[in-house]
Amino acid sequence: MDNLVIAGKVYTSRLLVGTGKYKNFAETRAAIEASGAQIVTVAIRRTNIGQNPNEPSLLDYIPPSRFTLLPNTAGCYSADDAVRTLRLARELLDGHKLVKLEVLGDPNTLYPNVVETLSAAEKLVKEGFAVMVYTSDDPIIAKQLEEIGCIAVMPLASLIGSGMGILNPYNLQIIIENAKVPVLVDAGVGTASDAAIAMELGCDGVLMNTAIAAAQNPVLMASAMKKAIEAGREAYLAGRMAKKLYSAAPSSPTTGMIAASGKNQAA
Amino acid sequence: MIALSINGKPHRFDDGINVAQVLERMALNGKRLALEKNGEIVPRSRFAQETLHDGDKLEIVVAVGGG
Repeated sequence: MDNLVIAGKVYTSRLLVGTGKYKNFAETRAAIEASGAQIVTVAIRRTNIGQNPNEPSLLDYIPPSRFTLLPNTAGCYSADDAVRTLRLARELLDGHKLVKLEVLGDPNTLYPNVVETLSAAEKLVKEGFAVMVYTSDDPIIAKQLEEIGCIAVMPLASLIGSGMGILNPYNLQIIIENAKVPVLVDAGVGTASDAAIAMELGCDGVLMNTAIAAAQNPVLMASAMKKAIEAGREAYLAGRMAKKLYSAAPSSPTTGMIAASGKNQAA
Repeated sequence: MIALSINGKPHRFDDGINVAQVLERMALNGKRLALEKNGEIVPRSRFAQETLHDGDKLEIVVAVGGG
């Protein structure tokens, strides 16, 4: 069976989704259901104090019993903050070790700071975390993160929240060729074809948030993405035909044609 | 009385109060959360044993929506 294996656990879905930017928790849950995603990212933030204790929380809608939660380090600009955040996440989720590491370099572009990311990755791997690491599409950095011990490498397609799709399929291809761990595209997917292209290139999965949450109809887009991931994966496994500028190889027989009438014939 | 900083805001509590009591006072007991005292995580199992002192800084976090 063509399953995704992350940190020793088997998943049938290759679509991972975030939980941010939705209108409310009910919409979050409906979109995640429609996407078929089994792994779902969450952020770690200060709790509101003085809130009504019966106020629902995210995990009431996305229970850890039903989904694999992937706490992230969104908003962290230093390795130290990322490490602190994930230690808190591990405590919050009863020793859960699977995490998403992201260390950003710039609040406008949200581009990753790969130097801090490498440093954080090293510390986290030493502390026993199973690190899925968000990174740029630099093949050398991606390989270094793998060699440090990250269990999955997650290069961006384009900037977080930009919806620009895959800007450098060639770098992605190189990363996939060189990787011995799962490669998942994370960030920049905008619509279904972007996700399909990622899978056709040979990615093991795709992580997205804004593409679904910011669609006019998030639940419908989530369904589209589920199909796009499946279609792209099947096309990859099927082995596509070669691309040629021209082929002189029509799909219909070249013999048994009725006699040509005179005008406009092939030479 | 002791002065604590909780999630960046000042609060005052009785001397000798512990983490579990602070959480109860703030209607946070029973919620799924993680807590740092002065940059170090206090495990849930130690909440009732962890006494707080004047000037302690607490960070109390939960899981929220994010990508």
